[in-house]
Amino acid sequence: MSQQGYVAAPPYSQAPPGMGGYQVGYAAGPAQPLYGHLGGAPHPFSAPAAGTHTSTKSAQVVVWNKHSFVFCFLRNIFNSSCLALPGQFGGMMPGPQAGMQGGFPGAMAGPPQKKLDPDAIPSTTQVIEDDKAKNGGQVYCTNIRGQVPPLVTTDFTVQDQGNASPRFIRCTTYTLPCTAELAKQCQVPLAAVVKPLANLPKNEAPLYAVNHGETGPIRCNRCKAYMCPYMQFIDGGRRYQCTFCNCVNEVPVFYFQHLDHMGRRVDFYERPELSLGSYEFVATLDYCKNNKPPNPPAFIFMIDVSYNNIKSGLVKLICDELKTLLEKLPREEGADCSAVKVGFVTYDKVLHFYNVKSALAQPQMMVVSDTTEMFVPLLDGFLVSYQDSKPVICNLLDQIPTMFADTAESETVFAPVIQAGVEAFKAAECSGKLFIFQSLMPTAEAPGKLKNRDDKKLVNTDKEKTLFQPQKGVYEQLCKDCVVQGCCVDLFLFPNQYLDLATMADVPSHTGGSVYKYNNFQMETDGEHFLADLRKSVQKHIGFDAIMRVRTSTGFRATDFFGAIHMNNTTDVEMAAVDCDKAVTVEFKHDDALSEESGALIQCALLYTNISGQRRLRVHNLSLNCSSQLSELYKSCETDSLINFFAKSAYRAILNQPLKNVREILVNQTAHMLACYRKNCASPSAASQLILPDAMKVFPVYMNSLMKTAPLVGSTELSTDDRAHQRLAVMAMGVEDTQLLLYPRLIPLHNMDVDSEVAPAPVRCSEERLTDSGLFLLENGHSMFLWIGQAASPDLIQGIFNLPSLAHFQGLMSTLPDVDNPLSKKVRAIIRDLQNKRPNSMKLQIVRQKDKPEMLFRQLLVEDKGLHGGASYVDFLCYVHREIRQLLT
Amino acid sequence: MTTYQEFIQQNEDRDGVRFSWNLWPSSRLEATRLVVPVSCLFTPLKERPDLPPVQYEPVLCSRANCKAVLNPLCQVDFRAKVWACNFCFQRNPFPPSYAGISEVNQPAELMPQFSTIEYIVQRGPQTPLIFLYVVDTCLEEEDLQALKGSLQMSLSLLPPNALVGLITFGRMVQVHELSCEGIAKSYVFRGTKDLTSKQIQEMLGLMKPAATGPQGRPVAPQDAAAFLQPIHRVDMNLTDLLGELQRDPWPVPQGKRPLRSTGVALSVAVGLLEGTFPNTGARVMLFVGGPPTQGPGMVVGDELKIPIRSWHDIQKDNARHLKKATKFYEALGNRSAANGHSIDIYACALDQTGLLEMKCLSNLTGGHIVMGDSFNTSLFTQTFQGVFSKDHNGDFRMAFGGVLEIKTSRELKVCGAIGPCVSLNSKGPYVSENEMGIGGTNQWKMCSLTPSSTLGIYLEVVNQHNAPIPQGGRGAIQFVTQYQHSNTQKRIRVTTITRNWADAQSQIQHIESSFDQEAAAVLMARLGVFRAESEEGPDVLRWLDRQLIRLCQKFGQYNKEDPTSFRLSESLSLYPQFMFHLRRSPFLQVFNNSPDESSYYRHHFTRQDLTQSLIMIQPILYSYSFHGPPEPVLLDSSSILPDRILLMDTFFQLVIYNGETIAQWQKAGYQEMPEYQNFKQLLKAPQDDANDILETRFPMPRYINTEHGGSQARFLLSKVNPSQTHNNLYAWGQESGAPILTDDVSLQVFMDHLKKLAVSICLLCP
Repeated sequence: MSQQGYVAAPPYSQAPPGMGGYQVGYAAGPAQPLYGHLGGAPHPFSAPAAGTHTSTKSAQVVVWNKHSFVFCFLRNIFNSSCLALPGQFGGMMPGPQAGMQGGFPGAMAGPPQKKLDPDAIPSTTQVIEDDKAKNGGQVYCTNIRGQVPPLVTTDFTVQDQGNASPRFIRCTTYTLPCTAELAKQCQVPLAAVVKPLANLPKNEAPLYAVNHGETGPIRCNRCKAYMCPYMQFIDGGRRYQCTFCNCVNEVPVFYFQHLDHMGRRVDFYERPELSLGSYEFVATLDYCKNNKPPNPPAFIFMIDVSYNNIKSGLVKLICDELKTLLEKLPREEGADCSAVKVGFVTYDKVLHFYNVKSALAQPQMMVVSDTTEMFVPLLDGFLVSYQDSKPVICNLLDQIPTMFADTAESETVFAPVIQAGVEAFKAAECSGKLFIFQSLMPTAEAPGKLKNRDDKKLVNTDKEKTLFQPQKGVYEQLCKDCVVQGCCVDLFLFPNQYLDLATMADVPSHTGGSVYKYNNFQMETDGEHFLADLRKSVQKHIGFDAIMRVRTSTGFRATDFFGAIHMNNTTDVEMAAVDCDKAVTVEFKHDDALSEESGALIQCALLYTNISGQRRLRVHNLSLNCSSQLSELYKSCETDSLINFFAKSAYRAILNQPLKNVREILVNQTAHMLACYRKNCASPSAASQLILPDAMKVFPVYMNSLMKTAPLVGSTELSTDDRAHQRLAVMAMGVEDTQLLLYPRLIPLHNMDVDSEVAPAPVRCSEERLTDSGLFLLENGHSMFLWIGQAASPDLIQGIFNLPSLAHFQGLMSTLPDVDNPLSKKVRAIIRDLQNKRPNSMKLQIVRQKDKPEMLFRQLLVEDKGLHGGASYVDFLCYVHREIRQLLT
Repeated sequence: MTTYQEFIQQNEDRDGVRFSWNLWPSSRLEATRLVVPVSCLFTPLKERPDLPPVQYEPVLCSRANCKAVLNPLCQVDFRAKVWACNFCFQRNPFPPSYAGISEVNQPAELMPQFSTIEYIVQRGPQTPLIFLYVVDTCLEEEDLQALKGSLQMSLSLLPPNALVGLITFGRMVQVHELSCEGIAKSYVFRGTKDLTSKQIQEMLGLMKPAATGPQGRPVAPQDAAAFLQPIHRVDMNLTDLLGELQRDPWPVPQGKRPLRSTGVALSVAVGLLEGTFPNTGARVMLFVGGPPTQGPGMVVGDELKIPIRSWHDIQKDNARHLKKATKFYEALGNRSAANGHSIDIYACALDQTGLLEMKCLSNLTGGHIVMGDSFNTSLFTQTFQGVFSKDHNGDFRMAFGGVLEIKTSRELKVCGAIGPCVSLNSKGPYVSENEMGIGGTNQWKMCSLTPSSTLGIYLEVVNQHNAPIPQGGRGAIQFVTQYQHSNTQKRIRVTTITRNWADAQSQIQHIESSFDQEAAAVLMARLGVFRAESEEGPDVLRWLDRQLIRLCQKFGQYNKEDPTSFRLSESLSLYPQFMFHLRRSPFLQVFNNSPDESSYYRHHFTRQDLTQSLIMIQPILYSYSFHGPPEPVLLDSSSILPDRILLMDTFFQLVIYNGETIAQWQKAGYQEMPEYQNFKQLLKAPQDDANDILETRFPMPRYINTEHGGSQARFLLSKVNPSQTHNNLYAWGQESGAPILTDDVSLQVFMDHLKKLAVSICLLCP
């Protein structure tokens, strides 16, 4: 790529230089941003000369103080070979062999050295446990501005007292720096992760719906912010001042209320919009498309019935499942039955629509072969209420597998399938969701035909990004069409080979949909796993045809958005649908100085159509502190949100930049953030000491883990589709999901107290924590492993697997047998519990120590050296430390 | 010697031929002076219950560009076992199977009474007949129900081995698969997109795209099995399918017409048959309840505020879609004709349905056009049943894939044909350069034929004046019609006719008396109608007038400049009257007719046999009274009397008109009283006669029962000769007939004028 071409590319994270973007110029380093430099001479990670390195012996000192986690190590593991480390981060990753051999050649080859005690470096599990101990089971009231909520891993109850629950909004920091200067100095990204439709636990009250009748919600005349607890009523309650834009508005007559002696409205506690952080307005016709109330949404099931899917039994599986699943379509609280309409399409090279009108004795099939200009052949009878048409639908679902039993069709179309869905919604004037079940790359002659462009040779080159970029053309337009119509696409893929997921998932990833992928799908091992996903996907709490707007008080504003979203302009986040697991990460930039006194306000308003077809406005408000003291900022940082932001921004950046650059930027920014803390906030100490802010002390382990994720690690061993899949999955994730993904739970099962109510505490994700005689459960929200040590006792094996010994273990077991003993029950309960908690179902894989599949398991031990490259936690920490020192000098 | 009347009748009965001249002028010059060309009406499949087909192949002349069939006019040398072709004079040996031939043992085709003979030949596999229903679903509920009923009923009328298919259309076009068990399956096409035949076949899964051959493998018929199934196998299935047929579900907003994709539906139907059963007898039966409103072939937009084109719009060149739609349907008709598939149009709606644009589909392929107000009328149901009527052998009165070839003796050449046919562009020695009708060929294709299908064939005498034909020479014409019989047999019918040559100078009286004025009137009318399709109405009328004047000048007896002296001989006496009524007929007058109606009338006029055509030109009027048995009366306003019941048959309408007094009696209820039984019988008599006509007529005429002063009486009043109008009523006295309020000239005025012109203007003479 020419330098010019590269310069033209949008800069990573779209930050203007010096506004908290990734800039190396913190210390005396080069002034230009690193990422602008790829076309030129190789720009290696600025490696310190060997001579500058002080290697002296010292004991480790771990010091706790109030705000910082300080530990220092002066040790000799930084021998000369360690100097190759920078190359590992910034340059090419070593080949997998090097990675597999377990890290630093020096450490292995050299004489036995004193190893850094892993227990001494900050432990994520410890941090989680500490927070659990502190906040677990507590009530968290949201009445204080800039209050840092408990960690996502902690169970707590939220009481909304004027700020949105952290389940809806979490921020990277709850104290914003007052000026852009400060923000730039510390380089801590200012962002909020908004999950507007997050599920609330049963013990928390659902959001109130406020209905202001025909006038609709009360809004500021100037900035259009919605009525919220921050509005200041003045003039005896006749007027109010908008705290977002300071505009003074008249209070509508019907809304007038007197103020009490505190200047608060008398009806403060009666009106959710005055007392709560999150609430809903019932939207008026002004908020509806064409000023017409929307129709209830619809679900269309679109099943690929080509040879592969028939042969694998998938079609039958889906059809059988739908019969029961459709009984449980999501419905409004208290409604008798779901308002959601359903429709069915099967397809291979042509599309088959089904008329399942209740009046029919038999369903009717309509074949549309004109895939170049897709249309919907029927109106009446395509989208029906399941309750009304149950016999016809069941009849259809019974017949579909047999109808195509003899098919020999091995080509399918794809874009026309989505187009058909859009057209169907258009014709029915509703929004909805498509469930597409596809096993092949669409190679049939039709719009959106794809070709194999997987090229392992591109890995680790400047062109690697093309593997993540969707193919242009048809799908771009399709995204727009989908968003306009409120058509969300959930894609279930069952590939046996490359299918250009980057392109196929383009539409789902811009329409608030999800992509599920089952490689080499086999009924016995993956069937249940897939069905669980399907059930979750169908039953999820979801809103359609959504548009979100983030408003802020003066001085800063939302500048960038990450998620399964579509942006037509710079402010409106359009989502064909948004469900309870989808989060949008919003980055903020300063416009002006913020005042410590008034703080900063965020109002996030989501206009959407709910599951029964009502138009609603959901408003989340959050107030943050502002401070001119960096220490305040560092104190109220939240690592989990930070890493969510970094993951999303890095994953977006790899579309436009070489991986090498992205990794460099990540490391650099990590170092900058920490160095800034060290410089400005920590008490003076020896340079060899690594001092981390308390709130960010486990940040490096997450960062290291992020850099070892498939998308960011350039390894030819990894499938391109898997990498693209993970990249897209993360883009829509909330804080919980990224936290879990980047630091999986490793739960020891062999020595737990079977009578205890709670699951055993997880241990650190490192091989060292495994014991040969143990049994461990590992899960990261996407996969779940049950690891059996070589020396596991036969009792344990018998108790859980109902097998005499490990040797009897055959094939892939995907569920645990139902054995009647407390241990087995407890283990199964833990697994079930975890499965229920996660947005996706996880396939349980049972691996024996030293077996081949153990590799997959080990990939998730994020504190260890990556199998496909990437440093161990300890090494990374050392490296970051060195970088910090480099910056400080 | 028999009279010419008898001779003509005999010839018509035997050969289905009526010539304008039964003696042929022996030179080109003389022929042109006769004004009416040597021409004939030929009914290729005239029903001949007395003619059993022979079970062998015809014997052909061996000359490559002749191939005439052995016929009674050939000279046969029984000893040498050779025969001489009477067209090219080639001497041909008889085939070995004729070894036993002798004067006393002659094959049928040599006997004079077998001037028309039919051969059953074994050629290729016998393919069953195909019926493809193309059904509009944008109908009123009532209409749709009636149509569904008719269609279901028709299934029982089809031959059991016939293949049937179903295409329905509205906003979309659905091709229904009939074979599948369980789920009813159909292929759907967008109603706005014009697709090529190949695309259609690909989309129907009938063609493996380019995998097996360079153009894709032409499909074997069994691949089409999904869409075209033997009726005995899918009878139940199809009956249910038709039963479940719903109105087009797409909403029709206020002020809009339903979107009707007739063009695409037909295109799909033609494409389907084209790919699967080329050159096989097939009927596409299109049922429409309104004009095509979208896609190719659109006749009118869906905005109701813009009405469908009228003659006025067309004359003002204000019909937006006319040219494009006509072109589309013409192309479709030609494709269909090339494959031997015929297209019927059953259009039932109160407003126009676009027949003007679509007519060529039927005209080119020999299909029927039926026009009615609603599918829920006996007019439609009975006409539709009539399509499936059977002859005395129990065979359907329909034939497919007809090819008519005409061979002439060398003094004659073929100028063209007018009728439900397309040219096969076969240039040969028999083809004249002078085109009349569909010319430039001596072979025509008629995709579908009925026993009454009649072609007007126009010939030209090419013999030069200075090369006289020897006295007693005879000219001959051979009509060879190959077709697929409705029982799927391939048959060839050969009609060989001959007429004497006559020298016009010496034998003009003979020629005059050999004039068949009925045939001539119809043949001239066909020429006129053919012209009217492409020319302005007044031009055609002027042309007709000129021909008439010239004919009168040629054959009339008169003193110059003395109109009163003008006389016409008996053989020409009725001809001017026919022309008078033709000028007033809807075939040439568009006033008061919509473009669709004109197309409909012309369609039928150019295909019916002579008798029916004459009725169309000059309707028949019967009068019923107490004074005697029913009698035919003049088609004249003077025939409208108070105490008469009139029955008028215009072919398209059957009007019973009760005179003023009769109507009063009827109102008073006399027919109910036992003492007035005879009145009841009088009332019943015309109805019985009408029923007889209704039973045999195809298409069913509109049956109108009206009375003096009734609004429907206009049907009668517009037809009769306005001998009494408001202009001359009092001059003629009040006693007889009823005045017609019109400015049209009466026959009397017409004749007076004609006489004047005939005797005076010699400038027009050639």
